Amino acid sequence: MTSLQVSLAGLDLRNPTMLASGIMDETGASMRRMAEAGAGAVVTKSIGREPRDGYPNPTLVELDDGYINAMGLPGPGIDAFEEEMIEAVKGPAPVIGSLFAASPEDFAFLAQRMQRFGASAVELNLSCPHAKGYGMEIGVDPDAVQAIVREVKNAVDIPVLAKLTPNTHLLADVGRAVERGGGDAIVAVNTVKAMAISVDARRPVLYNRTGGLSGPAIKGVGLRCVYELYGAVNIPIVGVGGIENATDALEYMMAGATAVQIGSAVGRIGIGVFGHVTRGLTKYLEANGMRSIGEVVGLAHE
Amino acid sequence: MNDLVRVEEVVEQGRGITTLRFRFPGGAPGQFVMVWVPGVDEVPMSLSYQGEMAGITVKNVGEATAALSSLREGDLIGVRGPYGKGWMVPKGRILCVGGGVGMAPLMSALDAVDDPSTVDVVIGARDAGEIIFYERAKERSNDVRISTDDGSRGFKGTAVALAAAMMAEKKYDMVLGCGPEIMLRYLLVACKEAGVRCQVSLERLMKCGAGLCGSCVVDGLRVCVEGPVFFDKQVEGMSEFGRCKRTASGSKTKV
Repeated sequence: MTSLQVSLAGLDLRNPTMLASGIMDETGASMRRMAEAGAGAVVTKSIGREPRDGYPNPTLVELDDGYINAMGLPGPGIDAFEEEMIEAVKGPAPVIGSLFAASPEDFAFLAQRMQRFGASAVELNLSCPHAKGYGMEIGVDPDAVQAIVREVKNAVDIPVLAKLTPNTHLLADVGRAVERGGGDAIVAVNTVKAMAISVDARRPVLYNRTGGLSGPAIKGVGLRCVYELYGAVNIPIVGVGGIENATDALEYMMAGATAVQIGSAVGRIGIGVFGHVTRGLTKYLEANGMRSIGEVVGLAHE
Repeated sequence: MNDLVRVEEVVEQGRGITTLRFRFPGGAPGQFVMVWVPGVDEVPMSLSYQGEMAGITVKNVGEATAALSSLREGDLIGVRGPYGKGWMVPKGRILCVGGGVGMAPLMSALDAVDDPSTVDVVIGARDAGEIIFYERAKERSNDVRISTDDGSRGFKGTAVALAAAMMAEKKYDMVLGCGPEIMLRYLLVACKEAGVRCQVSLERLMKCGAGLCGSCVVDGLRVCVEGPVFFDKQVEGMSEFGRCKRTASGSKTKV
């Protein structure tokens, strides 16, 4: 018998695939559906204190090997999100509340609410590349990151994950700041800051001009980041960026990821991707005489 | 190398209702495309024509649709897709029920039916000025009837009332409906009472159009992937259908 169960910072997941934040996770019913489709955990859309409409369209550009999006952190605000959480936590997988804020105090406030709504953990969005004053704008400063993680850790009892941006040369420093702040795990990576231009229109396609690149186009970047972080910190890492099949997931786990997140593939392949990846992982374990998926983690470093 | 398409033809379809034709092959009846007017907005539009020369039919109701309505032959627009699950056009007798600009995706379904004696059409609108595609529907169907709320053309009353009368008069195997959600809600009831299966095309605020962002979900089902066309049984299970939809922030609001 092989096991796909993983323990991530105190969370028990039936398999290492998680739904990435920002994908099919604005409503309780859609999160439940992703859990029922096989995700080992689901991460909510990033929620802030107040309702936000996000950017006008175009918010998405489809490429052959990924997407560029600039949604602009739309969301109903933390108070209205309680109703969605009540529905989401009825699903068969733990729900991780993703949060964005501009200050440590606001992050802590939101994390307490998420804990009260039944979230099994919180994920701090320190990495959105297209919202002014939030995300990546604070997530590239190790001191700011440490202060935010510390404040949230002091405010809640559930595990605290920090999602980082690849858009920095200080990735390892930021990772170590998460660890110093008491963070329980690192999620790497958010999207890569990017742009699409229409030659005919002679202008950027996205309303926000710049956005975040995701999908297979960034797998190489994500793998490198996870590999580097694995050498820099001792807390677990969740790998994300272009995972569409079991081989992609194994690459991330060998680079050092304890679990993985899947986002763009939900659009590119469909919601069946979670089952597709987990079946492939089981096959790999069987073919290689391994009993637990945990045996794969970090193999590329040996 | 072109990343935009040229508007080849502009047709005034009715009062404030315009059809744009452009080269965009592919797609199945009932599918939609995301249409970008550079510098203005990008919105989902059902295809009212399919084939080599595709078409969309726009009612001028807001900033994006006003921009689309003001386009002229030769202007450039971005088109991506086609997206979503369209009509299942069955063998047997079909009744198409369109409300206002909801006739647009039904015209693609009509084009997919070969025998004009097997498909009937109800074209409903508030008044005669908003009746669209009557001549085109007559080419595809032997029985096309019109309803207007104010009685200025055809049957005076709702499209659903006319459809219910036709279901009492003739036997149908499937109803295809598109129009305002309140109309679709009553259409489902009428079909249930008549014992006729039904598919309806739904509309929600849509951002990515590609199944990612979740802004168009109804009870967890994506209008852009699992829809826009849903079967009666799917819709009956939706707690949000006919009751609430989501705003740009994802907050719930009344339909």
